[in-house]
Amino acid sequence: MRETLTATTLERAPEPGETLLEIEDLRVHFHTDNGVVKAVDGVSWSIARGETLGIVGESGSGKSVSAMAVMGLVPTPPARYESGRIMFMGKDLLKADEKALRKIRGNDISMIFQDPLTSLNPVFKVGHQIAEVIQVHEKMGRIPARKLAVDLLAEVGIPNPKQRASEYPHQFSGGMRQRAMIAMALALDPVLLLADEPTTALDVTVQAQIMELLLTLQQERGTAIVLITHDLGLVASHADRVLVMYAGKVAELAGVDDIFYEPRHAYTHGLLSGLARLDVHRAERLEPIPGQPPSLIRVPSGCAFHPRCKLATQVCTDVVPELVMQDRPNHTAACHHSDQVALLVNGPAAAQHVKSAAETTAAGPPVAEAETRTS
Amino acid sequence: MGKYIVRRLLQMGLVLFGASLVLFACLYILPGDPISTLGGGEKARDPATKALLMKRYNLDQPLAVQYTRYVTNVAKGDLGTSFRLRRPVNDIIKEKIWNTARLALAAILFTILIGISAGVIAAVLQYSFWDVLVTLTTTLAIGFPTFVIGLIFQYRFALRWHVLPLSGHNGGLKSFLLPGLTLASVDAALVARLMRGTMLEVMRADYIRTATAKGLSKRVVILKHAMRNSIIPVVTYLGISFGTLLGGALITEVIFNWNGIGSTLVTAISTQDNPIVLGVSTYAVLIFVLVNLFVDVAYGFLDPRIRLE
Amino acid sequence: MTSDTEPAPLESPAAIEATSRAEGDAGLVDPGSGFAGASGQVTALGGIRRQTQFGDVRRRFKRNKLAVLGLVMIASVVLMALLAPWIAPQNPLHQDLLNTQASPGRAHWIGTDEVGRDQLSRLIHGSRIAVIVGVASIGIALVIGIALGALAGYFGRWWDTIIMRVADVFFAFPVIIGAIVIILVIGRGIMPVILSIGIFSWATVARLLRSSILSIRESEYVEAARSLGASRWRIVTRHILPNSLAPVLVYATVAVATAIVAEAALSFLGAGVKPGTPDWGAMISDGQKFFGYKDFLWFFPSIAVVYTVLGFVFVGDGLRDALDPKLR
Repeated sequence: MRETLTATTLERAPEPGETLLEIEDLRVHFHTDNGVVKAVDGVSWSIARGETLGIVGESGSGKSVSAMAVMGLVPTPPARYESGRIMFMGKDLLKADEKALRKIRGNDISMIFQDPLTSLNPVFKVGHQIAEVIQVHEKMGRIPARKLAVDLLAEVGIPNPKQRASEYPHQFSGGMRQRAMIAMALALDPVLLLADEPTTALDVTVQAQIMELLLTLQQERGTAIVLITHDLGLVASHADRVLVMYAGKVAELAGVDDIFYEPRHAYTHGLLSGLARLDVHRAERLEPIPGQPPSLIRVPSGCAFHPRCKLATQVCTDVVPELVMQDRPNHTAACHHSDQVALLVNGPAAAQHVKSAAETTAAGPPVAEAETRTS
Repeated sequence: MGKYIVRRLLQMGLVLFGASLVLFACLYILPGDPISTLGGGEKARDPATKALLMKRYNLDQPLAVQYTRYVTNVAKGDLGTSFRLRRPVNDIIKEKIWNTARLALAAILFTILIGISAGVIAAVLQYSFWDVLVTLTTTLAIGFPTFVIGLIFQYRFALRWHVLPLSGHNGGLKSFLLPGLTLASVDAALVARLMRGTMLEVMRADYIRTATAKGLSKRVVILKHAMRNSIIPVVTYLGISFGTLLGGALITEVIFNWNGIGSTLVTAISTQDNPIVLGVSTYAVLIFVLVNLFVDVAYGFLDPRIRLE
Repeated sequence: MTSDTEPAPLESPAAIEATSRAEGDAGLVDPGSGFAGASGQVTALGGIRRQTQFGDVRRRFKRNKLAVLGLVMIASVVLMALLAPWIAPQNPLHQDLLNTQASPGRAHWIGTDEVGRDQLSRLIHGSRIAVIVGVASIGIALVIGIALGALAGYFGRWWDTIIMRVADVFFAFPVIIGAIVIILVIGRGIMPVILSIGIFSWATVARLLRSSILSIRESEYVEAARSLGASRWRIVTRHILPNSLAPVLVYATVAVATAIVAEAALSFLGAGVKPGTPDWGAMISDGQKFFGYKDFLWFFPSIAVVYTVLGFVFVGDGLRDALDPKLR
């Protein structure tokens, strides 16, 4: 077992169940020449130690931007933080200076990205790239850092790690690259890991292995994981709570069971109806959501989902729905017709098995993907 | 890496073979009078002399034989004898090459230093005053051919301000400044533009985001992660532009009265001392090919994806 | 260039392809273009797409003040070349041996040279050499380069191998050195200059076109056209060539400037057009002999070269930016 590293900016270790990160009313707008892109527009969420929060949404829903904002990775300009706070263990990261942020990045909060090939620097050896993150945060020489990098590669399940450490990213397979990225992200035992579509670019079988690896490491270390994805199956089997985003806003936030059994937002319901189910004989057709995700420059009035929603009425066109508490604890949704959604869900043709379906198709067709292709 | 170098060497051999064919074709096949080209003009009018010269330059032999002789001579370093100086061309080149090489090295150094730093600054501070300055200066510099910028430099720095020597290479390092900068100006501008463009593209790459997410400082992200990737096309460009550099060196040497191969060549052109012209051209091609081999190898070192395919 | 900095919408098929494939969360890479791509019209029909693309290029080019200025500069030089006999105040070859090296004044606006020829008239006539050599030599390079580059890029295999190895050989000659050798053999004159510059410039065109064709040939919209049953000829002429010529076009513009410089350089070195011909490089070379006391002799022809070259550089830059707004 490798030695544990001590570098941290935290004054104390977080208690189990303690809230690590709390985002309040975050607005990130991109000022482009074509208009203001409201990528994140009034979003609030939080995550506790050891928890897994799934953030689901179509392309352009703002799910990645809100995670990148936590790391201070959103380029400003063109982006501007119009409002909000990002409280990490009592400190507002939006107010932190670059130097303070730098100490947190890769150390207390890490991030892994969608495409492990382009996310690793092609001209440096993998071992060097892992050792680098250690050396930034720890007072450690080249040789021990290199050794530690080899141990980390072994830990994420890369065979023959010593030799692999002195190879370049292009010599790794897709899954191996993502393992290396994970090794890099977890090198300093972060309390929070932001995983932005960590398996999207990988083969189905490799996807499962990577998720398993992430979960094992999470259990060992108590890391909190924000899992950003458009793959509902992934969320169903791995997340504790789920945040559904649409057009830069929170559509629905609830425990994973509630999201799948008792959705209260027409959009969430739409996503679930588009999910293929293996356990139920196909009685009804799959119903993908019609239309395309909206342009974030010209967000539709009222509820941004109304042009694609079959429940939409006049009020949806006119009034922006508030995020309100639903009939269940810790469940909020921003839908004018949440009662009708509930009826749809629990009606005669109710999809009671949606969640188990999603789990069995854990690597199944990503719902949102069909939509992105057409855009 | 070994395999890569071997392949490059083979390619180089092929290129040199082709280049020798082209040069040979120019000399012996193109419409023109090989005797006056090789033998120095007027004398050939008399048929007896002509026959003698035909024999001396093997022009009575089949083309294949002529070509073989030509190549063996070049390979042996026998590039003929200067009409005017009555000395082997090879000796003359040997005598002057050091001066030209020093000038070229100074220019390459200026190109790299000025070009890369200006490009990086412009990219990192995109749209700032400095970026605009670099963009404007490089555009202007590209518009000023070597002979114009050389004359202007001389006029300003030597004739008007008296801060640098007008010409020659006896003023120590100072005398390298004007000719070096003259020769470097266009290339430095082009390298700066290339560097800026590549840098801007690289800065948007995912691995730069990863580097930032690791907690590296902006300086390390730029100078290590971004630079190391942006430098690759610049190296390729430097190899390609070496040909232009050779051409520019001819002009720079003339302007600055630099006693190198360039001024020798220009004198040879005006006095129709053809063996020198041909010898210098042959060497220029050879050096250009060698430099590009070197660049290819350097490229392999810089980009592991090439090296280890 | 620097005046308008906005990322213009990308509507080239490749760009649309790229934007729709990229995970479109704002700000990941380039929010401006990403969202413009998503909201902009995606037209599947080739004809309409090409039209809008051309319109876009023209609009972006027109918005670039420097590029328009460059066009005006080129036009003025071409006009000067066309009208030279009518606008030149004197015969450029007429020697006035009683009035040599006259300083700029009323009779001779920019003075006379060492044999008393009117410098302004020589400068105006010199534009003819510059324009003819620049356009003709790059014309030759384009004809050879496009033909061979297209063969190599589209047919691949041994076409590719042979053509590219030959290109390597020609590439190994620095243009000026190669030109000097050819001119040495066939003699000085405008035709030898044009030919020799053209012959040693085509390799770059061929290389550019080949690599551009290779990347476009594998692109998804060409695949789409292929799967729709478009003929080979149609694919090459309607889809591959128009799209892969963009970098060649940009190169050609700048190459004309390079050719003009090369011509002047050859004359400067004494291996250009025939002695006595009114030519900028020769004028600079002659004037340089009197550096320090008759500086107007080299100064004005230098200005002429710089003016012309800058015109082409501005247009080349403008074209590059208009064709590929990403590169800015």
